[in-house]
This record gives sequence, structure tokens and C-alpha cells, in this order.
Amino acid sequence: MDIRAQVSMVFHLDKCIGCHTCSVACKNVWTDRRGAEYMWWNNVETKPGTGYPTKWEDQDIYKGGWEKKGDKLVLKGAGKLKGLKNIFHNPNMPVLEDYYHPWCYKYSDLFTAPEGNDQPIGRAVSLITGEPIDIKSGPNWDDDLGGSPDYARNDVNFKDLTGSEQEAMFQLEKMTLHYLPRICNHCLNPACVASCPSGALYKRGEDGVVLINQERCRAWRMCVTACPYKKSYYNWHTGKSEKCILCYPRLESGQAPACMHSCVGRIRYLGVMLYDASKIHEVANASDNDLLQSQLDIYVDPTNPKVIEAARKNGIHDSTIKAAQDSPVYKFVKKWGIALPLHPEFRTLPNLFYVPPMLPAMAQVDENSNYQTASTDLFPKVDQNRVPVKYLASLFSNGDTQVITEVYQKLLSVKYHRRNETVGDLSKDEVAELMANAKVDKDTANAIFRLTSLATFEERFVIPPAHREESIEMLEATADAKGETGFGFKEKPARGV
Amino acid sequence: MSWIEDIISPKTRKWEEFYRNRWQYDKVVRSTHGVNCTGGCSWAIHVKDGIVVWELQQLDYPQFNKEVPPYEPRGCQRGISYSWYLYSPIRVKYPIVRGALIDLFREEKEKAGGDPVQAWANLQASPNNRKRYQNARGKGGFRRVHWDEITELIAASNIYTIQKYGPDRLIGFSPIPAMSMLSYASGARYLQLMGGVNLSFYDWYCDLPNAFPEIWGEQTDVCESADWYKSKFIVSMGANLGMTRTPDIHFFSEARHNGTKTVVMSPDFSMVAKHADQWIPVHQGSDGAFWMAVTHVILKEFHVDRQVPYFMDYVKRFTDCPFLIKLNKEGDKYLPGRMVRANEVSQFKDAENGDWKFLNFDSKSGGLVSPMGTSGYRWQDEKGKWNLNFKDGESGNEYDPELTLIDSKEDVLQVEFTEYGLDQKVMRGVPVKYITTNDGEKIPVTTIYDVTMAQYGVGRGLEGAYPTSYDDKDQAYTPAWQEIFTGIGRKEVIQLAREWASTAESTEGACMVIVGAAINHWFHNNLMYRSAIMAQMLTGCNGKNGGGMNHYVGQEKLAPMDSWSTIMSSKDWGTAPRLQQGPIWHYINSSQWRYDGNQKYYNSSPDNKLANLHSADWCVKAVRNGWMPYYPQYNKSNFDIIKDAEAAGCSTDDEKREYIVNQLKSGDLKHSVVQPDEEINFPRVWFIWRGNAIGTSAKGHEYFLDHYLGTHTNKIADEVAGDIVEDIEFKKEGARGKMDLVIDINFRMDTSALYSDIVLPTASWYEKADINSTDMHSFIHPLSEAIPPVWEAKTDWQIFQGLAKKVQEMAPKYLPNVMKDVVNQPLSHDSKDEISQPELKDWYKGECEAIPGKTMHKIVFKERDYTKIYDKFISLGKGVAENGLGAHGNHYMCEDVYEEMLAHRQHIQKWDDGTEYPSLKDDTEAINAILKLSTLTNGTLADRCYKNMSEKIGVKEIAELGEPYLEVNIEYRDLQAQPKRYNSSPLWSGLMHEGRTYAAYTYNVDMFVPWRTLTGRQHFYLDHDAYIAFGEHLSTYKPSPTPEAYGDLRKTVNDGKAKMLNCLTPHGKWHIHSTYGDTLRMLTLSRGNEPCWMSEKDAEELGIKDNDHVEVYNDHGVYVARACVSARIPKGVCIVYHAVERTYNIPKSQIRRGKNGEPRRGGMNNSFTRVHLKPNLMCGGYGQFTYHFNYWGPVGVNRDTHVLVRKMDKVEY
Repeated sequence: MDIRAQVSMVFHLDKCIGCHTCSVACKNVWTDRRGAEYMWWNNVETKPGTGYPTKWEDQDIYKGGWEKKGDKLVLKGAGKLKGLKNIFHNPNMPVLEDYYHPWCYKYSDLFTAPEGNDQPIGRAVSLITGEPIDIKSGPNWDDDLGGSPDYARNDVNFKDLTGSEQEAMFQLEKMTLHYLPRICNHCLNPACVASCPSGALYKRGEDGVVLINQERCRAWRMCVTACPYKKSYYNWHTGKSEKCILCYPRLESGQAPACMHSCVGRIRYLGVMLYDASKIHEVANASDNDLLQSQLDIYVDPTNPKVIEAARKNGIHDSTIKAAQDSPVYKFVKKWGIALPLHPEFRTLPNLFYVPPMLPAMAQVDENSNYQTASTDLFPKVDQNRVPVKYLASLFSNGDTQVITEVYQKLLSVKYHRRNETVGDLSKDEVAELMANAKVDKDTANAIFRLTSLATFEERFVIPPAHREESIEMLEATADAKGETGFGFKEKPARGV
Repeated sequence: MSWIEDIISPKTRKWEEFYRNRWQYDKVVRSTHGVNCTGGCSWAIHVKDGIVVWELQQLDYPQFNKEVPPYEPRGCQRGISYSWYLYSPIRVKYPIVRGALIDLFREEKEKAGGDPVQAWANLQASPNNRKRYQNARGKGGFRRVHWDEITELIAASNIYTIQKYGPDRLIGFSPIPAMSMLSYASGARYLQLMGGVNLSFYDWYCDLPNAFPEIWGEQTDVCESADWYKSKFIVSMGANLGMTRTPDIHFFSEARHNGTKTVVMSPDFSMVAKHADQWIPVHQGSDGAFWMAVTHVILKEFHVDRQVPYFMDYVKRFTDCPFLIKLNKEGDKYLPGRMVRANEVSQFKDAENGDWKFLNFDSKSGGLVSPMGTSGYRWQDEKGKWNLNFKDGESGNEYDPELTLIDSKEDVLQVEFTEYGLDQKVMRGVPVKYITTNDGEKIPVTTIYDVTMAQYGVGRGLEGAYPTSYDDKDQAYTPAWQEIFTGIGRKEVIQLAREWASTAESTEGACMVIVGAAINHWFHNNLMYRSAIMAQMLTGCNGKNGGGMNHYVGQEKLAPMDSWSTIMSSKDWGTAPRLQQGPIWHYINSSQWRYDGNQKYYNSSPDNKLANLHSADWCVKAVRNGWMPYYPQYNKSNFDIIKDAEAAGCSTDDEKREYIVNQLKSGDLKHSVVQPDEEINFPRVWFIWRGNAIGTSAKGHEYFLDHYLGTHTNKIADEVAGDIVEDIEFKKEGARGKMDLVIDINFRMDTSALYSDIVLPTASWYEKADINSTDMHSFIHPLSEAIPPVWEAKTDWQIFQGLAKKVQEMAPKYLPNVMKDVVNQPLSHDSKDEISQPELKDWYKGECEAIPGKTMHKIVFKERDYTKIYDKFISLGKGVAENGLGAHGNHYMCEDVYEEMLAHRQHIQKWDDGTEYPSLKDDTEAINAILKLSTLTNGTLADRCYKNMSEKIGVKEIAELGEPYLEVNIEYRDLQAQPKRYNSSPLWSGLMHEGRTYAAYTYNVDMFVPWRTLTGRQHFYLDHDAYIAFGEHLSTYKPSPTPEAYGDLRKTVNDGKAKMLNCLTPHGKWHIHSTYGDTLRMLTLSRGNEPCWMSEKDAEELGIKDNDHVEVYNDHGVYVARACVSARIPKGVCIVYHAVERTYNIPKSQIRRGKNGEPRRGGMNNSFTRVHLKPNLMCGGYGQFTYHFNYWGPVGVNRDTHVLVRKMDKVEY
């Protein structure tokens, strides 16, 4: 056992509003500057849709992540060697248009326009060239099914759906949409780290945060290609690549990352997971059928004395072990099994897990064109959900529909149980049967409900103490740092070297 | 989590300070956003190096109830973008003025030897010069100017207007005080001290749900969002919670995980539909039909087939169900008539206020009783009988109200009912008993409950045209019938009705409807609301935690209303405020009435004289009869009227009043509303602050540009009212360019700023002290000065003070004397005026005497001393101590608190004459005065007020409600430290003791406190003459007006390349009204513009591809946008999210061109709207149908709008 600590996340998609407050929180703090305009370390996508950068999930285009070649696990696109061959021309690298061309407006014309014959206006101009621009795409272009003929209908996750199943998703009776907020997955097997020719990327030992060293980065941009989630971005102004840093300066001071802090839907959870690093290669290399389960199995029980002993041996602080025991992520992912990783088939072992959304019941339209909900139950049953299980399986379970169905059964049984606890107007036997089928007992149902609905900030974000004094001590006496902190000249990163 | 060395050497990680350096700041200050979003979110403003660097939500809301999820974090994508504005290129940094105007003014001033007032007079006297700068409005040419010079110009314009026309030509518009109370109060206090006018907004925005005053006598009162969590069945109807209640929707989804059923009614698959268990895509505007059928099922199954005891008890005590109405014989049929009055029967004929006491049968004795709690008991001298105990107010005897006469009936009469959806009349049997009136006449009466059963077609074995079953689609209001309008299957209705009612039965009323602007913006909004509220009242859901009708449209809840309203309207100085109903004002003044056909063609109503009048004539009627205010008042300066009266020998106020009445009767003096196109009646100077009056708040924007501003316009509509109107005078040539001066106080260059003459830079939400409250939660939040006002900005409070100071300095020369002003005031809500007009009679038609304050508006007098304007502005007048405070019918004295404020020597103003007053000069002083004097934030006053109410109502327990708050005394600094929940107070209808979540009317239900209505109960039945005339006495369904009759497309011709669509303008995702929509953040996350959303099918028909440019147009104007084609949108509908700015990226129109054929800049979403007024909402002087500012009156509906949409081939900027 090689026990490591990883700060992990759960996003409860049923609660996600698609409001993008998280995106702006992140942008305000981290990417509101030249060269970073187009970067959205945190973004939110509408599903079905093609996302940002457009069609990022389609690795036939972008060649991100890992693939199994026989017994070997190799980078699908930009390996160090493969990439070097393509340094002057990388066909798999997203170009600006795949993200979008950042723009602004000439607002100043509203103040300075001389008197004329018509009303002046602030025209859109490119933030790169300063010239007027015809806006054709943006970081959230297909929001709320906008442009559905061109975007939602070309969702990569439709691959397992028949034509009519796809079409149904755009008809009144079965129409659906939900949101998918995304940040860097801070993977256990990060393709970006593996791809960097300069060794600028690394995964922090203490919390698993994946970073790009801004001094060492040489702008090879292999990480941009290698990341299957397209969460590494090239800063065209500084000539360095950048990515989500999980707000480590905030984590280090005991605060939730800005996107999580600001999540007004209260969908986000953060906590430590302990995992067995010795198994990474084996897990990432698992067969397609075992892939999801073996990824989930790599996380270990933080209350197991053997795990604790191994963790201590690896230098993991007791306070981190305690945080892992209190981790809300552990509960959702391991204890209750209702949160799943996004596209586990990319084999990077991502650390962001999603509780799938429950949507309204499907309906039928009768011969007189009258709309009628298909369900006569108080709450729609699992098979009446508007999002096809196959679609969700493409997102979260490498195509395994059974896993998705089981999650839904659990979520639904919690709802039924709570209905009877608070109103008591449902058949007790029916609810008991539902819960038994879902393998959820009353205590579990109440615990799931509580963390879903009533959780306070402190319950949602269990951040391990950073013990910065210990870290600083590795470089200088912490007492000296106390007096010296903040002195020095602020310098912008130099391009290139 | 300290470093683990084996992976990478610590030294190579030193670079990590790169991002740590960014995460550094010098201080964090608590503030919020003063924007009409209802959010009321507490924010942490991070300041580094004197610059605001970013904001994040505060998390420290006290968790007052552990059974509900906490409020943290509150704040959305828009709010968190605010810091972008602060230093952006759209920020107004300096005072600016239109070059054409300042050049002319400077020229005239020089000619006038430096006299600014003379200069302004001369400028106005020249039609060419006036036209010169009016035509430049909105066309560029701004110049930077100094504060001193521009303040002088504004003061000069104000003084000139007062001299020439009187002060009621000075107009102010600022919306939604709750979002930044003091900033609103600044201009209001200035204008009211001057004698000017404030325009209402809640009704103009169409946010006022008329059904609330109709049913509850309440402007709006709803639960805080935490109470959603208490509900076990929630229907979200026309509310897009994810989009507009972003910080609150978590309570909705969290309730769902706690076993609450969630249903969303919305024609498009909206953001909130995703959170529903059931989505019901009713056709747009048909929600009312759906609810009528739901109620039909509830009545049938839960009131007739089985009588749920909880429901029966509830409707008996808390609704008007057991009250008696007369059935009037007309020809061979009977019609539901007015409620039976106490003074109509010998038993009660001498009762005080006998016109206003209404009767029940006692089920035990079978005799008539006059229940306590009706409005007659509210306004009689004897206290203690205004409550909901089952006691006869005259005899004091207990009784049991007879809900239905079905078992005790003496007869069954066939009564005619009209169903407007299929336009048919039917006769249905109604059980009656006969009573003998004073005249000895025997008349049939029935209960409101019984007539409701008949209206809804629930037969109970009675004869007549009752539906045969739920499947009977030819009879209203069956589940099958509603399919015709909604497109929703009958089973859906039946299922919802059963689930709703059985949940309400199990939980005693924990079923709620959350409703948003989408419903209230329809022409028949009041009926749609009533139809849903009927289902609630019949299942006992109002006044219950987790229940009720929860309408969130605009941040209307200004929590400390009692103290604030006095300071705002300068009543501390005894001012008689001029508070104008906005919709009537704009309908008349922007000349939209001239383009309006007769409402009878688009308003389904019976054929009778009252229902057939043009809306403009209804406005005249409403003003003359004292139902609605109208300023300017008369076709003569008010000061001149007084002078003339004095010259005619009138010395006392009564004589002057009589003089004015006689002048009006003779026609020598006319109300301005009668002659809106006469120059003497124009509004002249318009102050706009905190709002977008010319832009996104301008329904009929293109009419504003023409008739108010006198600049370019893209409307082509014909003026059609001339042949229809009777009382209003239609001049052949309508007036254009009425406004002499438009001043916009703003932090950003929005559409209003772009079209104003002067733009003054104001401090925004991180640069000033202010306070903010909302109905979404029960905290009061501070706005704070994280940084001082940037560049040359000042706070609104200081801007208007500066102007008052300038006027005071100039007054000795121009307005040296104390002058007597005459103020017309409408009959007012929560006063005895509510019982002044038992019948609808017009004095000016000779139907009754003209008696001010009874059959017509009140006429009061007020002295104006312009040499003391500034002194009064900054001092809290003694009126507070002498008269006490109150609102919503409450009252309390507070002289002790006033004295205490004076005793704090550091916050006083000392006048030249030696008198002393508490100071309001600094922003924080004024805020603290509001907090100190409100029952919400001063526990002593809450306690005092509850004790007063206990005595008035006659319920002992009420006296104890304030006691837990005796120690509460909240100051501004406390609010800055941590969010504070305010007190329970009788000012509001919810009880919040011991952490109880706020829900409306829990005070009424728990304490037996009457609603402020005619019967003191919640009203099923509205018996005002006009409601009967318009067929709205009973809850009913009226279909949306047809496009042909509504008049959007009379002149616009479809050449075959366009398609007519119903254009909906719901609230959008990327803006709060027009704010934030122009920020780079929101524009980047959307599509760089506000697109026109349309269905895949309509787009295909028109050859429109996603992101193509389209023109959206009708007779009123044109909007040029890009198409957003989506499967989410139903066919026949397009959506342009409300509140578009025309300031960025809008190309020129190709179909709507200027005089010389040149393409002209496209407008915005209000370019294709025009306002329509519903006449019966103007009634006054009759119970809950009595005016109060933003509280009662017609609303600015805009959802029935139709447009043509076409693809645009050529794009020009």
C-alpha cells in the first residue's frame, strides 16, 4: 500500500442551476488578464451540447487522455516523443476558434461620439486585434440548448443512442437539459503531467493538486492536447500554459476554492480521499468492463487501521487523515455510491465526481395533441426519467447503464423515504420495497438527505489543515518567514525562458 | 496536508508564490448590490491597493432555524460580475451634458447678464432652440462639465418651472426603493419638499399582482425562500427560479430531496423545469384555464363528494365564502349582484358604517348576523371588534357561519353565468334563501360559496347547465374544457388537483405556488392569479408555512417601511406627497392612449356602458373621482389658483377648496389629465436615478422618444383614439417633445443616460452607505463604502442635497416668499377613505355631489418655503415626534425615540433660528434614523405597535408578540458586522418568532387578524360595480386578447418573408433587468448580444439559421438581434429576454428607416411594446380597491405582444 491524500470533489448535478457564478468567481480571481481572456478554468456546459472547447469530449478529434494498446497504457495523442515530432504542427491541438475569439465593446464611443444623425453604439471588437468582430462563438455558446440544431444535436454522447432516441430528446414529451460544471479533475493519472517535455507539470504530494510551474513551462502545449478534459490552456501573452490550481492559496488557508465557495446552488462538496498509489497503473490499465469499478476501488477506507498506518508512514498528517474520515466526498463516492467520475474511459483517474440529475417525468402526447405526463406516481420512477440512461452512461460510467440505474434507485428511494417521514401519505410497503431494491436503509437515506439538503458550509467543505509551517520549514525557518513575508518586488512572468 | 518531499523538491515549488501573490488583499468590506433582483445577497468586497479586485459571497448568515437549509451562500453570476463595472469604460466618471444644450444655455446666460433662471426661461421661450437640443437627444455629442455649473443649470430649470407652471411639473422616477433605500429617498425627499412628483414603478413594471389587493387588500406579501423548504407540494408557475431566483432555488431542489413534489408550469423547457418532478408545458398565457379546472376538481372531490374538515373550517373562518350576495333579477334570469349590507335589513339598519358591514346566516339560529372583522368594524369608533372571531359585531353573540344553503335553501334560482373562453352564457341553479330588506322587499340571497360552486360548474344535484362529467368539454371549467386552451391533457389536471389537495389535507396547507413575472405580465393577470389562489384558499394553504401564493416579481419588500416612508416623502415636515400612479401617467403623457383602440375589443367583457369606455376615459374618471392621482393637476399653476381664489375673496382653506370645486364643476378649471396635449399640462423636468426610465423601463419606448424627448423614433402606428374617446380631449395634432430637461443620475452609460440631457456620476454599490431588504429573506443588508466614490461620483443622497442647497441659495432672489400650494390627493388605502364610495357615481356627470374626500379626490394645502429646502432636507422634522409613524394601517408614537436622537449631540442640525433637529446630513446618519424609528429594527417600537394593534383588533395575545424583541436596537454598524434578521412587526403579515420562517398571513391565521379587505376575509368575490360590469366579480378565465384587436400590427405589412409570433419578454439569465447585461462577463457567457430565441420549426420556415441577424418588429418599433434557434422554444413563440440595452452591438434596421430612407439604429425590447390599461383596476374609494402608491392601480402589461420576425440580409452598424 502506498497511501496518498487527494483533495477531491463532488458536484451534485441535480442541484446545479447552470448559473455560472462559479465560472465568474474563478475568472475574477485568476484569469481576468491579458492572454487569459479566453480561459475558463471553471466552466459550465449545457447537456446535451458540445461544450467548451467545442466537442472536447470527442477524442477522435483531440486525442486527449490515455489509451490501452495491448497491455500498455499510452497517451492517445501528445506523448513526449509523439508531441516533439509535432512541435511546429500539432493537428490535435484546439485552436482559438475551438474555444472562441475573445471580444470586448467600444463602450467609450457612447461618451465620445460627436453629435450625429443616429444613435451611437459600442461595437464589438476583438480583444486580440482590436478590430470589429462578428461574434460567432463563445465559452458558453449553446447554453440552455441555444442553437440546438447545430450543437445539442451533435453531442458526442449520442453515440450509443439510435436516431429516434436522439430525436425524442428534442420533443416536448422527452425534452431535457441539465448542466455540467467542469474544473480540472486533478487526476491520479494525469495525462497532462505525463506529456510535458519540460517537466513543468507536477502533482503535489500533499493534496494531489496538479500544477504547471510558471517558471519552467516552455510553451510546448503538449498538456493542452493531452488533457482529455481540455482544462489546460495556453496563455498567448505570457507564453506559458495555465490551468485550474484548485485555488491552492485558498486551500492552504483553509478556504474552499472560489468556484466552490461561490456555488449558490450548493451543489459542491470537497474533501480528502486516501488512495493506494501503487495501484494507479493497474487501475488505469483495467479492461473496459472493470474500468469504472477499479477506479472507485483505488480509494481506501480512511478509518481502516492499516490504511491509517500506511498513510502515516507516507508522511500524511493526522489532521489530513481526520479530514479524510469526515470527507463528504468519501460518503457520496464510496459509502453511498451515488457519485461517479466523468468519462472514466479517458483513464486519467479523475477526482471530480458527479451525482447525476433527476429530471421531470416523461410525457406522452395524445391523438388530440394534448400533453400528458407518463407517470401517475407522485414522483417519477427510474424508467420515467427524461435523460436516457444510455446518455448518462456515456458521461459517467463508460456505457454501463446498470450503474446509472442503481444510482437513480438510491436517489429516488431517499425521496420516497423522506416523503413518508414528513407527510406520510405513501404506501409504507411500497416505500420499503423501493428502499430494499435500492439497498438503502433508513439511516443511510436520512444521511444522504441531510448532506444533500441541509448541509452547512463546513459540512460541504472539509478542508484539511495545510500545516504551512511545516512546508515552509523545508526552505527556511518559519519564524523568519513570519517577518519576511510580502517583502520583495512583484514581477510578471517572463515569456519563454 | 504539509509537503511531501518524495515527489518533487521543495525548492522547485517556490514558484507557487506566483498564484499566492494574486490571492492577496488589504481589506474585506461587506456590501450588496442595489439592483432590482430580489436577491439581497451579502457580499465580501475585496480591496487591494485601494482598488476593488473581486467580490465573493459572505457566508455568515445566522442560521435561525436548523430545520431548514442555511441561506449561504447568496449571490449569482450577475452579482459576482459587479466589480467589472467599477473601472470599466462604460462607467460615468464625470458630469456630462449634451453639447447642444450647454452651448445654448451658456449663450443665453451671457445674454441675460449671468442670470441662470432668465437664461433657462429664454431658452425655453425659443421653439427653435428647444427643438435644436431635443433633436440631439440620443445622438452623441456629450461634453464633460463641472458639478457647479450643471447644478446651477438644474436648479435654474427647477425654479423656472415652479415660477411658470408650479412644482407639480417636476417629475422623478426611481424604482424599487428596497434595493437601496436611502438612495431612493434622496430624490424623493428633494422632490416632495419642492412639491414635485414621484412616479410609481411596481405597477409600471407590471410587478404589482393586482390579485393581491383584490383578494387580500395587500400590495404583496409572500414567504421568504427558506419557507419553500417547508412546503410539500410546490408549483412553480411562470417563474424561472434558476434564472431569476438564483440564490434561492436551492431551497426548491433541497425540498425535493426531502420528499416535496415539485411541478413546473412553463411553455418552454426552462431552467427550473429541470428541477421538477413534473413539467407542464401549458400554452403561453393559458395558466388560468388550467387552474380553473384544478379548482373544479378540488371543489367536486374535496368539498362535495367528501368534505375535508380542515378545508371547511378554513374557508368558513378565513374567506368570504359564508358572506351573502344578492341575486338580481334581470328579465327572466338572475345575476350575481352585490354583497348584502347590514344597513339594508331592519335588524342592523342603524349600525355604524352599515354600508360596510356584510352579513352571514348563523347556521344554528338561521338568522342573519353581522360578523366582526368587516371594514365597517375597522373604521368605526369602537375598537376591539375588528377580528375573525365568530361573533356578531352588533350583539356580541357567538354564531356559526352557514357556508352553504344547499341544505337550508328556500328555493333554487336559475342564475346566468358567462364563460369567456368559449364565449357562452349558461343558466345554473343556485340555492337561495329570501330576506326582507328595509323597503319591505323580499330578495333572494345566496352565499359566496354557493355561487362559486355554480360558477365552477359543480352541480351538487341542482338543476341547470352543469357539466355532466370531467370529460364534458363544452362546459366550463372541467378538465376536458381546459384542454382547448392549455394543450394539457385532462388527466394531468385531475392528478395535480388530487395530489395538491391531499397533500394540503395531510399537512394542513403546506402547498404553494411560486409565481413570477411571466404570469403577471399578461393583460388578464389578475384573473390568472385569482384562479390559482382559489385552489389555495379552498385547501387552506394561505397563511400557512410552506403554503400560499408566493409572487416574486421585483424587490418590493422594503422591510422598515414605517420609518423610511416618512423620511422618503418628507412627511416629517408635514408634506402632502405627490405620489403618482405610473401606468396611467405614462399612458396619458407619452400619448400611448392616442394609439390605443377601445379596450372593449380586446378585453373580453359583458356589453354595458361601463365596460365599453376607452381606457383614457377611464383614467379621467379615476382621477376626477379620486380613485387615482394625476400630476400635473390642473391646467393652471397651483400657486395661481390660490392667488385667484384669494382675489375672489376666499380666505380659509375650506373656502379655497370650495372655490376649486366650483371652478372644476363649471369647467373654468380643468384637470390636466383631460387635456394632455395642451402645453400648460406638460411635465417639464424629469429626474431619473437608480433606474432606466427611458430605456428598459419604458414600455412604449419609441413613444417616449417621440412624445417626451422630441427626438427620432421608429414607430409607425396610427393615432386611432380620436373617434372613440369622450371625456379626454383629443387634439388633432399631438404634442411632441414635452420634456424641457431630462437628468439622469447613473453610474453607467445605459440607454436612459444616452438619451438624457445631463448625466451625473453616482456612487455605486461598493462606494456608498445604504441599506437593502427583500422578500426572499428576513435580513437587512448594508451597502458599504469599500472605496470612496470613484472619479467625480457622489452618492445620490449627496447629489440631491447639493441640488437642494443650490435651490436654497437661489431662492431668496427667485422664490423669496412662502407660497401656498394646493395638492390633490386620491382616496387612500388603509384610511377611512376606504369606506367613502359605496356605489360608483360620477359627480361630474351630475350623479352625485362633488365632495372632496368623499365623491372626489381630496384637496389639501401645503406651504412651500424654498429658502428652507436644504435645511429641511438634512434635518429630521418634528412631525415624526408629533404625529408618530406607521404603515399598512399600523400606528405608533415615537417622541421618546426622537428625543433620544436629539440627546445624542453629535448627530444634530442646529438652524439659524436656534432650533435643533436630528441630523440626516451624512448618509449613515440618515440610515441610522431609519433603523432607529422602525418597528423592524427597534424592538421597543415593535412592542408598542403590537400593543396598539391588540387593542384595535380585540385579540389579547397580540399584545405579547413584541415582548421578545424589547432589547433589539439595530444600527448600521451592526448590519455591517453580520447579517441581522429583523423583528416580527404588525407592519408585515408573517410571524417570525423563535426562528420561524416568514410566511405571509400567518399573523392573520394564527391571531385571527382580519385582512384589510371589505369583509376582513380573503375574497373569492369582488362586488365592486365595475367588477360586476367587467364580469370579474367571480374568479373566471378570459383568453388573451387577439393580436388583431390588440393593435400591434395594424400598419405593419407582412410581405411574406416574415412570420407573426407572440413575443415573450421574460427575465433573462445574463442580466438583472438591464444591469449587468452590458458587462463583458455576461456578454461573454451569453452570445455577445440579447438574441431572439425561436423554435427550430419557425426558424426553418423563415430560412433562419442559428446566429443569423433578424429583425423583430411591429407598429411600435423594431429590435435588431441575432437568432438563437432552440428546440426548447415552442412554435409560435419567440423570446427576447426582457431589458435589452440598445447601447452595444445593435445594427441598424433595414425595414424601419428614417425620413430620407436611411437605415436607423434598431431599438430594444420595449421598442415593440405599448402599454394597455385594464379599467377595473382603476377603481377607488371602496375597501381594498383604494389607491396607495405602488399598491393599487392598473399595471403596465406587455406580454400579449405580437411581432413579425424576419431574417436580415444586410448588416450595417
